[in-house]
Amino acid sequence: MTDEYEHYEAVVVGAGPGGAAAAAKLADEGIETLVVERGVDAGAKNVSGGLIYAEESAPYTIDDLFPGFREEAAERPITEYYIQNIAGEMVKEYDLTSLHEHDTEWSDAVLRRRMDSWLADRVHECTRETGGGLLTGIRANGLLREDGEIVGVTCDEIDPIRADLIVAADGVNSELARDAGLMDWEEPEEWFQGVKATVDMPDVDDRFGIGPEEGVAHLFSGDLFEGVRGGGFLYTNTDSLSIGAVFHLDSLVEEQAEPHELLDALLTHPLLAQWLGEEYNEVEYSAKLVPDSKKVAHTSPHEGRLVLVGDAAGQMQAQGPIIKGMNHAVTAGALAAEAFATAKRRDNPGSAGERYERKLKESGTMSKLRPKRYERMRPVGEREGTTDAVDRLLASPVGRIGIKAMDTVGLVERLYSSPFMSMSIPDTQTPYVTLPAIIAEELGSPVRDRSTIDPPSLEERIGDLTYDTDVGNPHIRLRDDSVEASGAAVSACPVSATGFGGGCYREETIQTNGTTKQVVSLDTQPCVECGTCAVVADTEWEHPRGDKGVEFKQG
Amino acid sequence: MSIHSIVLTKGVPDFREGQVSFDEDGHLERGKTPTVMNPNDEHALHAALQTKVRHGGRVSVMSMGPPGYGDVLKEAMKSVYADDLYLLSDRELAASDTWATAITLATGLEKLGVPDLVFAGFKTADGETGHTGPQTCWALDLPMITHVISLDVDEEERTVRAQRLVEGDVEEVETVETELPAFVVADPEFEASYRTAGEQLALKDLHEQTTERAREHEQHLTTWDHADLNLDPDYIGLDGSPTIVSSVDPIPKPPAEREATMVDPTDERGMSEVFEEMQPLAAGGD
Repeated sequence: MTDEYEHYEAVVVGAGPGGAAAAAKLADEGIETLVVERGVDAGAKNVSGGLIYAEESAPYTIDDLFPGFREEAAERPITEYYIQNIAGEMVKEYDLTSLHEHDTEWSDAVLRRRMDSWLADRVHECTRETGGGLLTGIRANGLLREDGEIVGVTCDEIDPIRADLIVAADGVNSELARDAGLMDWEEPEEWFQGVKATVDMPDVDDRFGIGPEEGVAHLFSGDLFEGVRGGGFLYTNTDSLSIGAVFHLDSLVEEQAEPHELLDALLTHPLLAQWLGEEYNEVEYSAKLVPDSKKVAHTSPHEGRLVLVGDAAGQMQAQGPIIKGMNHAVTAGALAAEAFATAKRRDNPGSAGERYERKLKESGTMSKLRPKRYERMRPVGEREGTTDAVDRLLASPVGRIGIKAMDTVGLVERLYSSPFMSMSIPDTQTPYVTLPAIIAEELGSPVRDRSTIDPPSLEERIGDLTYDTDVGNPHIRLRDDSVEASGAAVSACPVSATGFGGGCYREETIQTNGTTKQVVSLDTQPCVECGTCAVVADTEWEHPRGDKGVEFKQG
Repeated sequence: MSIHSIVLTKGVPDFREGQVSFDEDGHLERGKTPTVMNPNDEHALHAALQTKVRHGGRVSVMSMGPPGYGDVLKEAMKSVYADDLYLLSDRELAASDTWATAITLATGLEKLGVPDLVFAGFKTADGETGHTGPQTCWALDLPMITHVISLDVDEEERTVRAQRLVEGDVEEVETVETELPAFVVADPEFEASYRTAGEQLALKDLHEQTTERAREHEQHLTTWDHADLNLDPDYIGLDGSPTIVSSVDPIPKPPAEREATMVDPTDERGMSEVFEEMQPLAAGGD
């Protein structure tokens, strides 16, 4: 039955950095490898902040696997790294370059469309030599099973494919990981949501006082996001800026905040006026769901012939000022390939998953994704009582004096810069909002500039995106349209807003037999496929078919 | 084994709005209207491409027309990743009707060596006769399948099996089979299908190989005149065309039958009259 389907030794689903690394390494081992990518081009579905790191301690880096990556696919090396603590218009800057450089061989700003499509060309070249290759516009929609065993993948556009190894590198909303029952979309506190504006800026060097081979990263924390836990970022690209913010999804839901408005709060903060000036040209608005690896990174990310890499396995380390995802995806992809190559040599291809799991552990990757230190501190640090007590203490005269005293000996900056500390930062209000705000109030100075920019409205942002709408074939269905079950999506969805009729999710009043009822309605046309609503609302969520849906040009 | 296919194509005036130009009497102004590949031929090209992707081999494209048709052939090369192009071009061929054209094309095909499959599109956008393909087929004495919507070639058995619309009706489909070489007329409903990764990868390879080739299409273009084809001028061109077009009558535009009444949406009374007018229509159901 399934025997007549095409067979490849390995099939890789998703051509992001994790899939690309896996495919390159597989091809290098002479393994016949097919890569399928649902975007019209690799990178067309992918969004990141985006800094990519090459860690000194990592067994693989992207330029090991893809020589020339930095020169041809990346934007700028990030050579300066700051955190801006903000309270109103008071700002206190700390230089975190040493934290940024800890265990870092290099770190570059990237735009994913350019980066991933470059990678895909290399991947196609090397996998084609093995008898496989890379195809875009193909959506793998699930796992092919035979007698309950996973034996391949099924696709929308082509017949099922059998394979001895299936690498699910299909991103944060991995349909394969869910089909296998390895990941779910249940708890908002396990996720972040990132929103980003890519801003055109032909004279980055002048505005930031840097050379062409230099780049700057700024992080923003404090009270500029209306109490939502999260932080902002600004990275310099070659001739644009990536400005965005990453929020704890549970906090976003709790505050019923509108992500695009929080992004605007950052964009229009007077601190940014010095870089943005008066001409503001936003070339793309984008959003992404981000797994919180310390809570969801799967410690055993495999099932039969299936292995999960990158976001699909929750391998996104986002903690305090450290945000690392792509590098771990690269490592995981290459390790999975390595594991399969060894397993195949030992005539036991079925052992690839176990070997991959062991490699994640032995390479130290898993302990970066799920730091022990955080797990130990979490029960104390995230207890409501503790948070309140710490917040009250910090805000009290005693706490404030303490912060001042610590700063005079440079302790605050040193603490911020401690990789040790950042690994154990609790996910509470304290490090994201309270502490930075108090630092800014006590130690900061007021910003003198005024922001004159006017970011585009949500409607304009949606209008500027490119979509190939799959008319009559919506990829998301509301299972429960009650406000209780799905109302959170109206504000949390980055392309919806309360009172805005042009987004995905809307609240509607329905009148039947004299009674009125509030319900949630859905139109997937402006969907950016972030997956937020799959977590916060009661939906049946799938990716659109290959080539369909949103197409990011920057990413 | 591999399959050699030839696609017959024609350059036609670009009838799309904004491109086409008519004079005061409603006659087409050829000089002002760009020439493009006959839109229906695209389906024939896709049928040939699908054959090449699945079975390997070669796709050639042939056309009869003035030297300017080189660009049309270049377009064809781009869309079908054709290997070589043939243009039958000669003053003596001017004003050929479908009969004379068919004789010329058939002679060109014979000179080239009759391929495994000859593909033609379903009628041209200018003549609209739909004769040239079948007449060419008749001249070559090949089995013919028209209105083809999907197609499978069996290399071993040297047969082609096709699904075709019966009487051009999408509701009625029959499956027929014949031996190669054969003549296939692709229906506008034809859809190429690449259901395996292997086929999709082969398609991608072809695309990569031909981007360069289309740029230098003239190096792959062979032009034959009537002498090359050894055709007697009495049997081709105007002299060889039995069809006589006695006159061309412009079709007058039908006069508008209904009158429109403009209603200001802020005019309450006007709008309620509109709703009253619409009431009986709404009651109808569908």
